[in-house]
Amino acid sequence: MIEIPYNVKPREETGLFNAKLGIWLFLASEIMLFGGLFSAYILLRVGSPVWPPSGETHLNIPLATLNTFNLILSSWTIVKSWIALKENDIKGFKMFMGITLLCSILFLVIKYFEYSAKFHHGIFPSTDNFFGIYFTLTGLHGLHVIGGLIVNYYLWGPGIKMWNTEPERFTNRIEVAGLYWHFVDLVWIFLFPTLYLL
Amino acid sequence: MDFPVPNFIPFIGGSYILSTHNLEQHKSVYLKVLLALFVFTVVTVAASYFDFGSVAIAIIVGLAIAFVKGFLVAGNFMHLLDEVRPIYWLLMLTVVFFLVLFFMPLLWEMNLVTVQ
Repeated sequence: MIEIPYNVKPREETGLFNAKLGIWLFLASEIMLFGGLFSAYILLRVGSPVWPPSGETHLNIPLATLNTFNLILSSWTIVKSWIALKENDIKGFKMFMGITLLCSILFLVIKYFEYSAKFHHGIFPSTDNFFGIYFTLTGLHGLHVIGGLIVNYYLWGPGIKMWNTEPERFTNRIEVAGLYWHFVDLVWIFLFPTLYLL
Repeated sequence: MDFPVPNFIPFIGGSYILSTHNLEQHKSVYLKVLLALFVFTVVTVAASYFDFGSVAIAIIVGLAIAFVKGFLVAGNFMHLLDEVRPIYWLLMLTVVFFLVLFFMPLLWEMNLVTVQ
Protein backbone atom coordinates (compact mmCIF):
# COMPACT_ATOMS: atom_id res chain seq x y z
CA MET A 1 0.00 0.00 0.00
CA ILE A 2 1.31 3.46 -0.90
CA GLU A 3 1.37 5.77 2.07
CA ILE A 4 0.03 9.28 1.50
CA PRO A 5 2.84 11.75 2.31
CA TYR A 6 2.57 14.84 4.49
CA ASN A 7 -0.68 13.97 6.24
CA VAL A 8 1.04 14.46 9.60
CA LYS A 9 4.45 16.00 8.95
CA PRO A 10 4.39 19.49 7.40
CA ARG A 11 5.74 19.75 3.88
CA GLU A 12 9.09 21.60 3.85
CA GLU A 13 8.14 23.97 1.03
CA THR A 14 4.88 25.20 2.55
CA GLY A 15 5.16 24.45 6.26
CA LEU A 16 1.72 22.82 6.03
CA PHE A 17 0.43 19.28 6.07
CA ASN A 18 -1.56 18.44 2.94
CA ALA A 19 -5.06 18.54 4.41
CA LYS A 20 -4.49 21.98 5.87
CA LEU A 21 -3.39 23.45 2.55
CA GLY A 22 -6.36 21.64 0.98
CA ILE A 23 -8.92 23.08 3.38
CA TRP A 24 -7.56 26.61 2.93
CA LEU A 25 -7.81 26.27 -0.86
CA PHE A 26 -11.38 25.07 -0.40
CA LEU A 27 -12.16 27.95 1.97
CA ALA A 28 -10.73 30.38 -0.60
CA SER A 29 -13.27 29.05 -3.12
CA GLU A 30 -15.96 29.36 -0.46
CA ILE A 31 -15.05 33.02 0.07
CA MET A 32 -15.67 33.56 -3.65
CA LEU A 33 -18.99 31.70 -3.48
CA PHE A 34 -20.42 33.62 -0.53
CA GLY A 35 -18.64 36.81 -1.63
CA GLY A 36 -20.45 36.68 -4.96
CA LEU A 37 -23.79 36.32 -3.22
CA PHE A 38 -23.00 39.15 -0.80
CA SER A 39 -22.18 41.29 -3.85
CA ALA A 40 -25.54 40.31 -5.34
CA TYR A 41 -27.23 41.38 -2.10
CA ILE A 42 -25.51 44.78 -2.16
CA LEU A 43 -26.36 45.37 -5.83
CA LEU A 44 -30.00 44.38 -5.26
CA ARG A 45 -30.19 46.67 -2.26
CA VAL A 46 -28.61 49.75 -3.82
CA GLY A 47 -30.68 49.20 -6.97
CA SER A 48 -33.97 49.13 -5.10
CA PRO A 49 -35.76 52.41 -4.27
CA VAL A 50 -37.21 50.80 -1.11
CA TRP A 51 -35.52 48.07 0.93
CA PRO A 52 -36.90 45.56 1.58
CA PRO A 53 -39.19 45.94 -1.44
CA SER A 54 -42.27 44.77 0.51
CA GLY A 55 -41.53 47.27 3.31
CA GLU A 56 -40.95 44.71 6.10
CA THR A 57 -38.52 41.80 6.46
CA HIS A 58 -40.76 39.79 8.87
CA LEU A 59 -37.62 38.15 10.24
CA ASN A 60 -37.41 36.81 13.78
CA ILE A 61 -34.51 38.71 15.41
CA PRO A 62 -34.63 36.93 18.82
CA LEU A 63 -34.40 33.49 17.17
CA ALA A 64 -31.56 34.63 14.88
CA THR A 65 -29.74 36.14 17.89
CA LEU A 66 -30.09 32.83 19.71
CA ASN A 67 -28.65 31.07 16.67
CA THR A 68 -25.74 33.53 16.60
CA PHE A 69 -24.86 32.73 20.23
CA ASN A 70 -25.31 29.06 19.39
CA LEU A 71 -22.89 29.07 16.43
CA ILE A 72 -20.30 31.14 18.30
CA LEU A 73 -20.46 28.65 21.17
CA SER A 74 -20.00 25.77 18.72
CA SER A 75 -16.91 27.48 17.26
CA TRP A 76 -15.42 27.58 20.75
CA THR A 77 -16.35 23.96 21.55
CA ILE A 78 -14.77 22.63 18.34
CA VAL A 79 -11.50 24.42 19.03
CA LYS A 80 -11.69 23.03 22.59
CA SER A 81 -12.15 19.53 21.15
CA TRP A 82 -8.91 19.99 19.18
CA ILE A 83 -7.10 21.28 22.26
CA ALA A 84 -8.36 18.23 24.18
CA LEU A 85 -6.69 15.96 21.61
CA LYS A 86 -3.46 17.95 21.91
CA GLU A 87 -3.63 17.10 25.63
CA ASN A 88 -4.34 13.41 24.89
CA ASP A 89 -7.77 13.82 26.46
CA ILE A 90 -10.08 11.74 24.25
CA LYS A 91 -12.98 12.05 26.70
CA GLY A 92 -12.70 15.84 26.54
CA PHE A 93 -12.71 15.59 22.74
CA LYS A 94 -15.88 13.47 22.79
CA MET A 95 -17.59 15.94 25.11
CA PHE A 96 -16.68 19.14 23.24
CA MET A 97 -17.30 17.67 19.77
CA GLY A 98 -20.60 16.28 21.12
CA ILE A 99 -21.62 19.79 22.22
CA THR A 100 -20.62 21.10 18.76
CA LEU A 101 -22.93 18.52 17.17
CA LEU A 102 -25.80 19.50 19.49
CA CYS A 103 -25.28 23.18 18.62
CA SER A 104 -25.36 22.33 14.90
CA ILE A 105 -28.63 20.41 15.31
CA LEU A 106 -30.12 23.26 17.38
CA PHE A 107 -29.13 25.73 14.65
CA LEU A 108 -30.95 23.67 12.02
CA VAL A 109 -34.04 23.21 14.23
CA ILE A 110 -34.27 26.98 14.79
CA LYS A 111 -33.79 27.57 11.06
CA TYR A 112 -36.57 25.05 10.36
CA PHE A 113 -38.96 27.01 12.61
CA GLU A 114 -37.95 30.27 10.91
CA TYR A 115 -38.49 28.86 7.41
CA SER A 116 -41.78 27.19 8.44
CA ALA A 117 -43.13 30.49 9.77
CA LYS A 118 -42.23 32.20 6.48
CA PHE A 119 -43.89 29.53 4.34
CA HIS A 120 -46.94 29.52 6.64
CA HIS A 121 -47.34 33.25 5.97
CA GLY A 122 -47.00 32.71 2.22
CA ILE A 123 -43.45 34.11 2.05
CA PHE A 124 -41.25 32.33 -0.48
CA PRO A 125 -38.05 33.14 -2.41
CA SER A 126 -40.26 34.45 -5.22
CA THR A 127 -41.99 36.97 -2.92
CA ASP A 128 -39.50 39.76 -3.64
CA ASN A 129 -35.77 40.41 -4.14
CA PHE A 130 -35.11 40.55 -0.40
CA PHE A 131 -36.58 37.10 0.24
CA GLY A 132 -34.94 35.77 -2.92
CA ILE A 133 -31.48 36.65 -1.60
CA TYR A 134 -32.46 35.84 2.04
CA PHE A 135 -33.43 32.26 1.18
CA THR A 136 -30.43 31.83 -1.15
CA LEU A 137 -27.88 33.01 1.42
CA THR A 138 -29.39 31.34 4.49
CA GLY A 139 -30.24 28.18 2.51
CA LEU A 140 -26.67 27.84 1.22
CA HIS A 141 -25.35 28.53 4.70
CA GLY A 142 -27.75 25.91 6.12
CA LEU A 143 -26.40 23.36 3.61
CA HIS A 144 -22.90 24.13 4.89
CA VAL A 145 -24.10 23.52 8.45
CA ILE A 146 -25.53 20.14 7.36
CA GLY A 147 -22.22 19.29 5.62
CA GLY A 148 -20.23 20.20 8.74
CA LEU A 149 -22.63 18.24 10.92
CA ILE A 150 -22.12 15.08 8.81
CA VAL A 151 -18.31 15.36 8.85
CA ASN A 152 -18.14 16.24 12.55
CA TYR A 153 -20.49 13.35 13.40
CA TYR A 154 -18.24 10.96 11.47
CA LEU A 155 -15.16 12.21 13.35
CA TRP A 156 -17.00 12.02 16.69
CA GLY A 157 -18.45 8.56 15.93
CA PRO A 158 -17.01 5.94 13.56
CA GLY A 159 -13.98 8.02 12.52
CA ILE A 160 -12.63 8.21 16.07
CA LYS A 161 -10.99 4.78 15.73
CA MET A 162 -8.12 6.51 13.92
CA TRP A 163 -7.12 7.95 17.30
CA ASN A 164 -5.93 4.47 18.34
CA THR A 165 -3.71 3.96 15.30
CA GLU A 166 -2.70 7.45 14.08
CA PRO A 167 -3.43 10.00 16.83
CA GLU A 168 -1.52 12.88 15.19
CA ARG A 169 -3.32 12.40 11.88
CA PHE A 170 -6.67 12.30 13.69
CA THR A 171 -5.79 15.51 15.55
CA ASN A 172 -4.98 17.14 12.21
CA ARG A 173 -8.35 16.02 10.87
CA ILE A 174 -10.07 17.76 13.76
CA GLU A 175 -8.07 20.93 13.10
CA VAL A 176 -9.15 20.87 9.45
CA ALA A 177 -12.80 20.17 10.35
CA GLY A 178 -12.54 23.03 12.85
CA LEU A 179 -11.26 25.46 10.21
CA TYR A 180 -14.29 24.65 8.05
CA TRP A 181 -16.65 25.03 10.99
CA HIS A 182 -15.17 28.42 11.97
CA PHE A 183 -15.72 29.56 8.39
CA VAL A 184 -19.39 28.57 8.66
CA ASP A 185 -19.55 30.62 11.87
CA LEU A 186 -17.76 33.52 10.16
CA VAL A 187 -20.28 33.61 7.31
CA TRP A 188 -23.16 33.71 9.80
CA ILE A 189 -21.47 36.57 11.69
CA PHE A 190 -21.90 38.65 8.51
CA LEU A 191 -25.27 37.21 7.46
CA PHE A 192 -26.92 38.00 10.79
CA PRO A 193 -26.54 41.81 10.77
CA THR A 194 -26.81 42.07 6.98
CA LEU A 195 -30.14 40.24 6.66
CA TYR A 196 -31.75 40.63 10.07
CA LEU A 197 -30.61 43.93 11.52
CA LEU A 198 -29.59 46.43 8.85
CA MET B 1 2.70 9.76 -4.91
CA ASP B 2 4.59 12.94 -4.29
CA PHE B 3 4.09 16.03 -6.39
CA PRO B 4 6.89 18.54 -6.85
CA VAL B 5 6.16 22.04 -5.58
CA PRO B 6 7.79 24.98 -7.37
CA ASN B 7 10.57 26.76 -5.55
CA PHE B 8 8.99 30.21 -5.68
CA ILE B 9 6.83 29.65 -2.61
CA PRO B 10 8.58 32.19 -0.43
CA PHE B 11 8.43 30.65 3.00
CA ILE B 12 9.81 27.58 4.65
CA GLY B 13 8.61 27.10 8.15
CA GLY B 14 6.57 25.10 10.62
CA SER B 15 2.80 24.82 10.55
CA TYR B 16 0.75 25.94 13.48
CA ILE B 17 2.01 23.76 16.28
CA LEU B 18 1.07 24.15 19.93
CA SER B 19 3.68 23.25 22.48
CA THR B 20 2.49 22.16 25.89
CA HIS B 21 3.76 25.29 27.62
CA ASN B 22 1.61 27.65 25.54
CA LEU B 23 -1.43 25.35 25.51
CA GLU B 24 -2.80 26.86 28.72
CA GLN B 25 -2.26 30.35 27.33
CA HIS B 26 -4.23 29.47 24.19
CA LYS B 27 -7.09 28.02 26.22
CA SER B 28 -7.34 31.28 28.13
CA VAL B 29 -7.29 33.31 24.88
CA TYR B 30 -10.04 31.13 23.37
CA LEU B 31 -12.28 31.72 26.38
CA LYS B 32 -11.71 35.48 26.23
CA VAL B 33 -12.50 35.47 22.50
CA LEU B 34 -15.72 33.55 23.17
CA LEU B 35 -16.84 36.09 25.77
CA ALA B 36 -15.87 39.02 23.51
CA LEU B 37 -17.92 37.50 20.67
CA PHE B 38 -20.95 37.18 22.97
CA VAL B 39 -20.57 40.81 24.07
CA PHE B 40 -20.21 42.05 20.48
CA THR B 41 -23.33 40.09 19.48
CA VAL B 42 -25.30 41.91 22.19
CA VAL B 43 -23.80 45.22 21.01
CA THR B 44 -24.78 44.43 17.38
CA VAL B 45 -28.40 43.79 18.33
CA ALA B 46 -28.52 46.83 20.66
CA ALA B 47 -27.04 49.06 17.93
CA SER B 48 -29.76 47.96 15.49
CA TYR B 49 -32.39 49.48 17.82
CA PHE B 50 -30.44 52.73 18.19
CA ASP B 51 -31.43 55.64 15.97
CA PHE B 52 -28.25 56.82 14.23
CA GLY B 53 -30.23 59.29 12.15
CA SER B 54 -29.05 57.72 8.91
CA VAL B 55 -29.29 54.24 7.40
CA ALA B 56 -25.74 54.57 6.03
CA ILE B 57 -24.28 55.15 9.52
CA ALA B 58 -26.32 52.25 10.94
CA ILE B 59 -24.93 49.96 8.19
CA ILE B 60 -21.35 51.15 8.80
CA VAL B 61 -21.68 50.55 12.57
CA GLY B 62 -23.31 47.12 12.08
CA LEU B 63 -20.69 45.96 9.59
CA ALA B 64 -17.81 47.40 11.64
CA ILE B 65 -18.88 45.25 14.60
CA ALA B 66 -19.23 42.24 12.27
CA PHE B 67 -15.68 42.83 10.99
CA VAL B 68 -14.34 42.95 14.56
CA LYS B 69 -16.11 39.67 15.34
CA GLY B 70 -14.85 38.16 12.09
CA PHE B 71 -11.30 39.23 12.95
CA LEU B 72 -11.59 37.57 16.38
CA VAL B 73 -12.78 34.29 14.86
CA ALA B 74 -10.33 34.23 11.93
CA GLY B 75 -7.38 35.55 13.95
CA ASN B 76 -7.74 33.33 17.00
CA PHE B 77 -9.97 30.31 16.36
CA MET B 78 -8.58 29.87 12.82
CA HIS B 79 -5.06 30.89 13.96
CA LEU B 80 -4.59 33.44 11.19
CA LEU B 81 -2.69 35.73 13.57
CA ASP B 82 0.01 33.08 13.71
CA GLU B 83 0.01 31.22 10.41
CA VAL B 84 2.56 30.39 7.74
CA ARG B 85 3.05 32.71 4.80
CA PRO B 86 1.59 30.55 1.99
CA ILE B 87 -1.84 30.85 3.63
CA TYR B 88 -1.52 34.65 3.74
CA TRP B 89 -0.57 34.67 0.04
CA LEU B 90 -3.51 32.42 -0.76
CA LEU B 91 -5.94 34.66 1.11
CA MET B 92 -4.54 37.86 -0.41
CA LEU B 93 -5.00 36.36 -3.87
CA THR B 94 -8.59 35.47 -2.91
CA VAL B 95 -9.23 39.05 -1.81
CA VAL B 96 -7.95 40.34 -5.17
CA PHE B 97 -10.27 37.97 -7.07
CA PHE B 98 -13.13 38.91 -4.75
CA LEU B 99 -12.61 42.62 -5.40
CA VAL B 100 -12.63 41.97 -9.16
CA LEU B 101 -15.85 39.98 -8.76
CA PHE B 102 -17.32 42.70 -6.56
CA PHE B 103 -16.47 45.71 -8.72
CA MET B 104 -17.03 44.16 -12.14
CA PRO B 105 -20.85 44.55 -12.04
CA LEU B 106 -20.46 48.08 -10.65
CA LEU B 107 -18.10 49.03 -13.50
CA TRP B 108 -20.53 47.45 -15.91
CA GLU B 109 -23.36 49.54 -14.47
CA MET B 110 -21.23 52.65 -14.82
CA ASN B 111 -20.58 51.74 -18.49
CA LEU B 112 -16.85 51.65 -17.88
CA VAL B 113 -16.85 48.13 -19.22
CA THR B 114 -18.57 47.67 -22.55
CA VAL B 115 -19.47 44.64 -24.62
CA GLN B 116 -17.64 44.64 -27.96
